[in-house]
Amino acid sequence: MSVVLHTDHMVHLPKVASFVPVPARLIKKDQESDGLYTLHLEICSQQPEHIQQFARFQFGQFNMLSIMGIGEIPISIMGWQDGLLMHTIRSVGRVSEALNNLQPGSQIGLRGPFGQGWPLTDFTGRDLIFITAGLGCAPVVAAINYAVAHKQQYRRIVILQGVKHHQDLLWQSKYDEWRDKGDCQVLLAASEENKRKYHWRLGLVTELLELAEFDPSHCSVMMCGPEIMMLAALKQLNKQQVDESEVYLSLERNFQCGLGSCGHCQLGPYFVCKDGPVFHYPQIKPWFGHTGF
Amino acid sequence: MRKQYLPKDSLPALYEALRKRGYKIIAPHVHDGAIVFSEQHSPDTLPWGWQEETEPGRYQLQHTERDNKSENPARAFAWNNGPQGIKPWLFKPKQEMWRAEETENGLRFRQPDYAAEPIAFIGARACDLAALNLQDKHFIQGHYPDPFYSAQRQQLLLVAVNCQRSASTCFCTSTGDGPEALFGYDLLLDELDEGFLIEAKSEVGDEILVELALELPLELPLDACEQSLLEQAEQQLQQAAQQQRKMPSDSELRLLQNKLDDQRWHEIAEKCLACGNCTLVCPTCFCSKQESNSEKLGEVSLASVQTFHPEQSDNNDVASQVRVWDSCFSEQHSHIAGKNIRPEISQRYRQWLLHKLLMWQEQFGRSGCVGCGRCISWCPVGIDLVEEANLLLRSELDQAVEQATGERP
Repeated sequence: MSVVLHTDHMVHLPKVASFVPVPARLIKKDQESDGLYTLHLEICSQQPEHIQQFARFQFGQFNMLSIMGIGEIPISIMGWQDGLLMHTIRSVGRVSEALNNLQPGSQIGLRGPFGQGWPLTDFTGRDLIFITAGLGCAPVVAAINYAVAHKQQYRRIVILQGVKHHQDLLWQSKYDEWRDKGDCQVLLAASEENKRKYHWRLGLVTELLELAEFDPSHCSVMMCGPEIMMLAALKQLNKQQVDESEVYLSLERNFQCGLGSCGHCQLGPYFVCKDGPVFHYPQIKPWFGHTGF
Repeated sequence: MRKQYLPKDSLPALYEALRKRGYKIIAPHVHDGAIVFSEQHSPDTLPWGWQEETEPGRYQLQHTERDNKSENPARAFAWNNGPQGIKPWLFKPKQEMWRAEETENGLRFRQPDYAAEPIAFIGARACDLAALNLQDKHFIQGHYPDPFYSAQRQQLLLVAVNCQRSASTCFCTSTGDGPEALFGYDLLLDELDEGFLIEAKSEVGDEILVELALELPLELPLDACEQSLLEQAEQQLQQAAQQQRKMPSDSELRLLQNKLDDQRWHEIAEKCLACGNCTLVCPTCFCSKQESNSEKLGEVSLASVQTFHPEQSDNNDVASQVRVWDSCFSEQHSHIAGKNIRPEISQRYRQWLLHKLLMWQEQFGRSGCVGCGRCISWCPVGIDLVEEANLLLRSELDQAVEQATGERP
């Protein structure tokens, strides 16, 4: 038996939250530095499952944030605190600039969470090494916060961060807190600094690795930052006999849909938005570091 | 399943049967010097007697008027393909994804009032069906099934046609996708001089055949049809064997992995205009970008014009998001905050070719090329995908032959 089709039997679309945004209201904005800010967002949906959907994210995943009529951009998830979702954003383009100009009370659209995060639970009992460089490595900061809060699950925690000038370091107080209260080894480097500051070294983040105290055979490495830095760090890790299968990294590409559908974010056979942005290094090794991929 | 003879003058009955079931008929016709698809009401508008002549960078239609001396009267499907394929009817060039309105309680988002139409698509070729199968894998079988594509796909009835000749740019035999349509259709036509052999593959196709109540014409008993078809099948095989272009096999294409830094990419880039034509005519390419439209949608912006219906408009609408076809040849395609991952044309061509022929294999289990040859004929500078793939792999393939035979080719 087949159904005779008439126009009144048209198939209507199911409601799919991944394709259609959920409204969120800006409650508070923290200006972290010039052009860098954190949004604290309240999910305004009437459907409780939407709140659960956004509250249950993995560190390293991202949401698509849309501001009406301006556009939609992917932003990694910084955290969830007091029922509010936090996104730290750098103002670099049209949409991120418009988000920066939002006043508390304004609403935006949210889709997500998307992608694969850091597999922190697989790292239980190991030394954790976080390597970051540049501004606003929010996906790693969220993971560090978690690791520090659950320190008993891990062995040593080493945090390495490189910037151009020491003033560029965001969340200075957090690094101090991780060092002093979190019992972590925190090493910071400024590549273009003339005078040395306390706790700071002149040079690149990769050079900090030589000073890091960890067990190369029982560690997991998480990296985020410019790809050239991650390539240099991989070389240095190899020198220090860390197996490349211990390395995870977060990548950035053009995400338009977040669903692995639009084709923009491909890296070799992967859709970075869906298969990443966090990758196990051996997975992407054949393509990673090749200009144009 | 059921196979019957459909005389040419019963074609209107087929159209009528489809219409009675609620289908809008999308059929090929000649428009602006090419064979394109759109809604048609009668088989009279089929491209009777038209054939294309193609070569790299060239597509031209020719009309072979019924020649009294000729034994072969004009046929409706003597051509092979036009620029389109089935893609634009499922993965639409423009698709509104959502709409936002302002209410007392703030923003409200909703999917557009989208209703998939029952469509009967007449004239799908084997390569197009293979391409459809690949797009199904991408848009339906992934983690996030596309609601727009899926809804329209459920409403699609396919009337396929077996190719009887090959255009000079066809290479479906080497990709294993043609010339014979073997799956994915509801009804299949084999064109004969005075009519068609028609075969049903699906339940609905079979029901339509029953409705048509076809009788065997006395002057052409089924045996004769079968005989004629056998002859045609033989001709078809001969034609297929004559396809000049041969895409390397999937396993050979895997060797492209060794060619990431080949000099050839720079040589192609000397010619390639990065216009993206190849990606637009490709029946498997799926890239899209999203456009955000603001303003009170009473004055609707260009991008959403196709899906905008003023009578359904709500004055409180404040924005809409529209998905539009995109191409990896565009400069913006790989742009991320502050930089472009593929600023050079050589890198963009490499991305396209490697994605289509190599990465697709890991993403979808086979190469993304179905041998339709559209990218070759519609490239304004005549770049030939098959030639490029073979050139890139020449040394690798020679080496493979040498290893297998012990002889230097």
